[in-house]
Amino acid sequence: MTGRMTRPVLIACLAVLALLALVPLLESNYLIDLFNEIMIYALFALSLNVIIGYSGNVSFGHAAYFAIGGYTMAILLTTYQWPLLPAFAAAIVFSFVASGAVAYFCTRLTDIYFAMLTLAFSMLVWGVAFKWRSMTGGDDGFVGVDVPAFIAERAPFYYFSLVVVGGAVAVLWVICHSAFGRALLAVRENPTRAGFVGINTRLMRWWAFVVAGTFAGIAGALFAMVHRGMYTESAFWTESATVLIMTLLGGMFSFFGPAIGAASLFLLERLTNEYTAYWPLVLGTILLAILMFLPEGLAGLAQAVRRQILRGR
Amino acid sequence: MLKIEGLFKQFGGFVAINDVSFELAEGEKHAIIGPNGAGKTTFFNLVTGHLLPDRGSVAFRDEDITGRPPHRIVKLGLARSFQRINIYPRMSVFENVQVALIARERQELRFFRLAAGLCGPETNELLDLVGLAEEADELAGELAYGKQKQLELAIALAENPTVLLLDEPTAGMSPSETEEAIRLIREIADARGLTLLFTEHDMTVVFGIADRITVLHHGEVIASGAPEAVRSDPVVRQVYLGEEEAADGAA
Repeated sequence: MTGRMTRPVLIACLAVLALLALVPLLESNYLIDLFNEIMIYALFALSLNVIIGYSGNVSFGHAAYFAIGGYTMAILLTTYQWPLLPAFAAAIVFSFVASGAVAYFCTRLTDIYFAMLTLAFSMLVWGVAFKWRSMTGGDDGFVGVDVPAFIAERAPFYYFSLVVVGGAVAVLWVICHSAFGRALLAVRENPTRAGFVGINTRLMRWWAFVVAGTFAGIAGALFAMVHRGMYTESAFWTESATVLIMTLLGGMFSFFGPAIGAASLFLLERLTNEYTAYWPLVLGTILLAILMFLPEGLAGLAQAVRRQILRGR
Repeated sequence: MLKIEGLFKQFGGFVAINDVSFELAEGEKHAIIGPNGAGKTTFFNLVTGHLLPDRGSVAFRDEDITGRPPHRIVKLGLARSFQRINIYPRMSVFENVQVALIARERQELRFFRLAAGLCGPETNELLDLVGLAEEADELAGELAYGKQKQLELAIALAENPTVLLLDEPTAGMSPSETEEAIRLIREIADARGLTLLFTEHDMTVVFGIADRITVLHHGEVIASGAPEAVRSDPVVRQVYLGEEEAADGAA
């Protein structure tokens, strides 16, 4: 979480980008879909970590902004036949405004009260998606999203996703390592002291929430396009829990940790399902292990191992 | 500089600060002393906006600042340190000071200006000043206690205050650390022309720095004046000697 991107990190990022770009060459629909999903959830988890890792609050309702981005995209593209760019822009604006309004109330509170209020608002969003059948399709879901022809095929859409996610993650990285990101860390570490050096802690937490919500909206918009639909489950609290688990698994004290968590969780789930139907059991065990033994997640583990190696030299 | 009138604060039925009026002149080095529980820290918290007074007012340079939140009071040039260590433990020593500078320069909402190197020279200067240059990259939470106190001072100085409030700057320090800290504080205050208001229970510190002393007892001001006058004040002697006798008796 220090300021500059070290060379190994930069090289690793470029390597990951290159590998992701090669995936469609394998000509496996299964793999393209899997990695598309991983990219989208990586962005989703990274966005949540602005609230958790950087501002030091736990949100139980982050799926709401993912869903708002997704439904906005789906409805504008299909029902109103908007072109891609305006629809995407609107999805971003909608999730920005929605998270801004919710953050106004949530940032009055901290700790468990904050977490519970985020949960309450997300259930409200879920309720709207569920009940507003004429607009959202209710519990049948919004099916049959019109995706523009140039990215209608699997591989082109995959590259579209890669560019959007790559760009969004880069912007998020800059925000997290900016003067804002640094001040936000101070708010997480010690809100009282941060207040006494002249930082308006509530305003900072508001912005953290809005940044997180907006980037979750981008992930949601991609999700609606890749699935050609949007479903109420995406707004449900279990979805918020899934992305929270990704963040914890990967490590909330590292910028890229949540992305690693998202990839690990997806790959583990697919792997487990090959052998057994008891994925929830495996998931529970993993979660237990992280909380007991790896409070800083996989990224924290990697850092600890590296420190040990350096010390051993 | 600082004018406090009729300040009153109670917690439940306990009156912590009872009708305290007080004035701080520019350039003064003013100590607030008193036995434990006299209300020194509460007084600081009221002045800096951490607590709301029940009655009374706080004015800074003729501007009423009563009830303003800390982050706005700081911007006027009134910075403080804390009795209990109050730093950002999981950030580096450098970042601890840098954040204060970022806030002072009102950069905290710059989303696209990378923090690396931001305010670097001034941060290093401040670390040099308090003798933490070598520890710049260490995690603040892993510093020795005395060094954390110095860091606390550097953070407060980073706000470039005109008035600096130090809450027991030497609390928990060894005698040699204390001596070093006093020297440092006096030097910095002189060099920067700071107005200093500090609480302290260690009398060597008080007489080593202060040119004015106010004595707080049970939340009330019982004496205020030059060090020599306060030292010989009969009421003060009774409060302090009484305490010492009681302490001797207990031991």
